[in-house]
Amino acid sequence: MILLSRMLMLSLGLTLSCATLAATAVDELLSTYRQQGAANFSAAAGKRFWNQTTPHAGTANPERSCASCHTSDVRQEGNHAVTGKTIKPLAPSVTGRRLTNPKKIRKWLKRNCLWTRGRECTAQEKGDVLTYLKDL
Amino acid sequence: MTRNYLYGTFLATSLWWLASPAFSATATTSAATLYKDECASCHMAYPSQLLPARSWLKILNSLDHHFGDNASLDPATLKTLKTYLQANSADTAGTRRARRIMRSLAADETPLRISALPSIRRQHHEIPLRYITANPKVKSLSNCVACHAGAEQGRFNEDNVKIPGYGRWDD
Repeated sequence: MILLSRMLMLSLGLTLSCATLAATAVDELLSTYRQQGAANFSAAAGKRFWNQTTPHAGTANPERSCASCHTSDVRQEGNHAVTGKTIKPLAPSVTGRRLTNPKKIRKWLKRNCLWTRGRECTAQEKGDVLTYLKDL
Repeated sequence: MTRNYLYGTFLATSLWWLASPAFSATATTSAATLYKDECASCHMAYPSQLLPARSWLKILNSLDHHFGDNASLDPATLKTLKTYLQANSADTAGTRRARRIMRSLAADETPLRISALPSIRRQHHEIPLRYITANPKVKSLSNCVACHAGAEQGRFNEDNVKIPGYGRWDD
């Protein structure tokens, strides 16, 4: 009985720690973005940004958005728009290790903003998107 | 005296470990993991022995224009991957496939695409385009894993080829 309750507590702890790790990493980045002048991060703005397309006329992917590769439902698997490689769901509730490593988040936001928007994203845009994604 | 002896033993053991295959194996394993993490997020992890060292160097030196994408890496990661990929390239692998790839290239040729290697093209010339480029599950000859399930582990054996939507390939 004691063993059972301990196992239960352990598994509960593991589940909680995944969510906590994502929250910690995102919070760390949000405070950096605040220092850069961004404020009032909004999940709704993040969702709009996620689905907003940027034209890249004359290329193989003429309309690009975050959803081009990750789909508009990040609980689903996506496909890399160029190579077709499967991308595991970005939602931390589905793929536990998502949004847990600030270094990785910074790297991919930079890379994917360059491909999608043709520029780096602003602190406000990044903060909104992370606020949108972290609770999915 | 005893202390000096202990230090000496410790130092010798450390040096022995650093020079041992166990240490270099660890270094190779972590570089291999780094390669998979950094390069195989967007595409399959191409076995390093499919390109000569000079090709890997050229690819890594132009990551800001990587087949239409900016795939730049931080300097430390780049350095590790340069060492790893060049040390495990077609020039050094010594397998039959690696030797065949090297033979099919002129000394001054530095291909950037595995799918454009003469030996790879030759081995795929009988396969109709509708199985590859016009096949939405394959898209391109560069998507090796679509038909060769063991491609990332370097297994391209013809007996295990399965083309999505068409089934086994026999010629």
